[in-house]
Amino acid sequence: MTTYIIRRLLYTIPIVFGVLLLTFVLFTLVGGDISIEIAGKNATPDTIAEIRAEYGLDKPLFLSWDSQFINHFKNAFTFDFGRARDRELVVDKIKRGVGPSLALTVPMFFGVIIISVSLALVIAFVQGSMWDVLAVFICVAGMSIPYLSFILFGQYFLAYKLGLFPVFFSPDLPTAQYVALPVLIGIVSGLGGNLRFYRTVMLDEMRSDYVRTAFAKGLSTRRVLFKHVLKNAMIPIITRVVLAIPFLFLGSLLLERFFGIPGLGYLMIEAIGSRDYFVINAMTYISAILFVVFNVITDICYGLVDPRVSFE
Amino acid sequence: MGWWTRGSHLSEHRKILKTEQPKGRSLWKDGVRRLRRRKLAMVCLAVVVLYFLLAGFLYLAELFDWQVGPIRWQQEVGKSYQPPSRENIFGTDIFGQSVLRKTLYGAKISMTVALCASFISLAIGVPLGAIAGYSRGVVDEIIVWVYSTLSSIPYILLILAFAVVLRDKTLFGYKLTGITSVYLAIGLTSWVGICRLIRGEVIKHKNREYVLAAKSYGSSGRRIIFKHLMPNVFHLVIIDFSLRFVAFIHAEVILSFLGLGEATRPSWGAMINDARIELSRGVWWQMAAATVAIFFISLALNIFGDALRDSLDPKLRIQ
Repeated sequence: MTTYIIRRLLYTIPIVFGVLLLTFVLFTLVGGDISIEIAGKNATPDTIAEIRAEYGLDKPLFLSWDSQFINHFKNAFTFDFGRARDRELVVDKIKRGVGPSLALTVPMFFGVIIISVSLALVIAFVQGSMWDVLAVFICVAGMSIPYLSFILFGQYFLAYKLGLFPVFFSPDLPTAQYVALPVLIGIVSGLGGNLRFYRTVMLDEMRSDYVRTAFAKGLSTRRVLFKHVLKNAMIPIITRVVLAIPFLFLGSLLLERFFGIPGLGYLMIEAIGSRDYFVINAMTYISAILFVVFNVITDICYGLVDPRVSFE
Repeated sequence: MGWWTRGSHLSEHRKILKTEQPKGRSLWKDGVRRLRRRKLAMVCLAVVVLYFLLAGFLYLAELFDWQVGPIRWQQEVGKSYQPPSRENIFGTDIFGQSVLRKTLYGAKISMTVALCASFISLAIGVPLGAIAGYSRGVVDEIIVWVYSTLSSIPYILLILAFAVVLRDKTLFGYKLTGITSVYLAIGLTSWVGICRLIRGEVIKHKNREYVLAAKSYGSSGRRIIFKHLMPNVFHLVIIDFSLRFVAFIHAEVILSFLGLGEATRPSWGAMINDARIELSRGVWWQMAAATVAIFFISLALNIFGDALRDSLDPKLRIQ
C-alpha cells in the first residue's frame, strides 16, 4: 500500500512539470510582456523598466540560472506567485477568496450528490416505466438550458420579483442567507446531468447477474438496491465525486459573479477582465495540484471500497 | 443495390433468397436502419438540420448580399425595449433592433463557433489517439503525458486561460479577433476526451485478425491506422461529435458573457450578456429568445446523440 502510494505520487511529477510548462508557454511566451499595459498610457520608460524589473520580465527567457523559465518553476514550488496587478500579494487574494467560495460550493456539492444518487436509485427501481422516461426527458431538457439562463431567471424571479432571497451579497448578511439562492440554482442546474449519469450507473449494475440472484433469493427490493446495487455502483460514483472536490476550491465562476460573492470565482473573473496573468497563472497551478492529489486519493479509495482492486 | 431499387413484386423472391443465404449488413447500414426506426430521433435530426440550413443560408445571404431580415439586424424596427408584439415577435432591444433577427443571426455565429471548435478538437484528438494506441512505446507515453497534463487543469480555467491569452494576438500574421479566438480556445483545449477514447478503442482493436492480416501482407503503420482501424472506430467520433457540439454552444455563451467572445455582431452568448442589465428593468425577451434558441438545438442534439450512440455502438445492441 505505502509503496503503491509512493509510486503513484512519483507519477504525478511529470504531470506537474507539464502543467508548469504549459502555463509558462501560455502566459510568458504567448501572453508576452504586459509591463507596458500595467504601467498605463502615460508611463515614462523608467516606470516601465521598474515594473519589468519587479515582475522579472527583464531577465532572459531561458539558458540562465536566473532565467524566467527557471524562476517560473522556483516560484511554483515555493508557492510564491508575486503580486497581482493591483500590487496585492496573489497568495493573500486567494486565501481571502477560499472561505466564501467553499461556503457556496460545499453545500451545492453535497446537495447535488445526495439528491441525484437517491433519485437515481428510485429511477432504477421503476426503470422502463413512464416515470423513468419522464425523468430522463426532464434531465435532458434541464441540460439543454444554458447555465446562465438558470442563474439570470433564478435571480430575477426568486430574488428580485418575489423577494424570497437577497439579490446580492453584502458583508453584514449571515452566510446562510446570501448563499441560499446561489446554492439552490447550482443544485437545480447541476441535477440534470448528474441524475442521468447516476441512472446509467445504476442501470448498468441492475443488469448484472448478482442482482438477478439476489431477487431470486427473495430479497426485498429495498435490500437489493441499498445493500447490493449501491455498494457495487460505488466505483463510478467515487470517481465522479472525489474528482469534483478540487473544483470546489475554484468556487463557481458565474454564480459568484452574479451574486457578488467575493470568492475565487469572482477573483478569476476580475483577473480575466484586467488580463491579470499572475492571478490566472496561480489559480491554474493550484487547481492542477489539487486535481492531481485528488486523483491519487481516488485511486486509493478504489482499493478501500473494492477488494478486487490490488495495489500491485 | 439497395432495397428501394427493387420492385415490390420481387419481395417474395427475396424472402426465399434470404432464408437460403442471409445477406450481411454493414455496421453503418445496421445503425442507420435502427436510427430510422426511432421517430423522436428523426424529428430531432430535422431540427438540427434546420439550424444548420439557417446558418448556411445566412452565410450565402451575406456572400451574395441578399437583403433578408437577419442580415439587416442592425436596422431599427421600432422604439427601444418594445415588448413582444405582433410586429416584433420577440420585441426589440435597447437600439430598437429586432430581437428575432438578432436571434436568427446569432445562429450563424454560435453554430460557426461550435462547428469550428469541434473540427479543431477532433482533428487533434482522433489522429493523436489512434497513433498513441497503435504505436505504444515512447510515442504513446508522450501523448498520454500531454493529455494527462491538460486534463489535470480544470476545464473552465483552461479554456479561459487560452481565450485570454489568444485574444487579440497576432499569430502567423493573422489577427485573432472575436470568434476566432473563441473557437481556437475551445478547440485546442477539448480534444482530451476523444483522444483517450480512440486510444483505448485502438488498443482493443490492435490485435484483431483484420489488423494482423493487414500487417502480414506488409501494410505500413500509417495505412493500417487510417485505412483499417479508423473506419472501425469512427462511429465513436460521430457520436462524440453530436454531444460535443452541444457543449461548445454552451461554452460560447459563457465565454461571450465573460467578454471574451464576439463583440460587434450578435451571438446567443452576447444576447444573454445584454440581458444581465436588462432584466432588472423587466426586459426579459432578449434573454428568453436566446435561451429558447439554445434550448431547442441542445435538446435535439442531446436526444439525437443518445439515439445515435444506441444505434451505432454495438456493445449496447441488446436493449
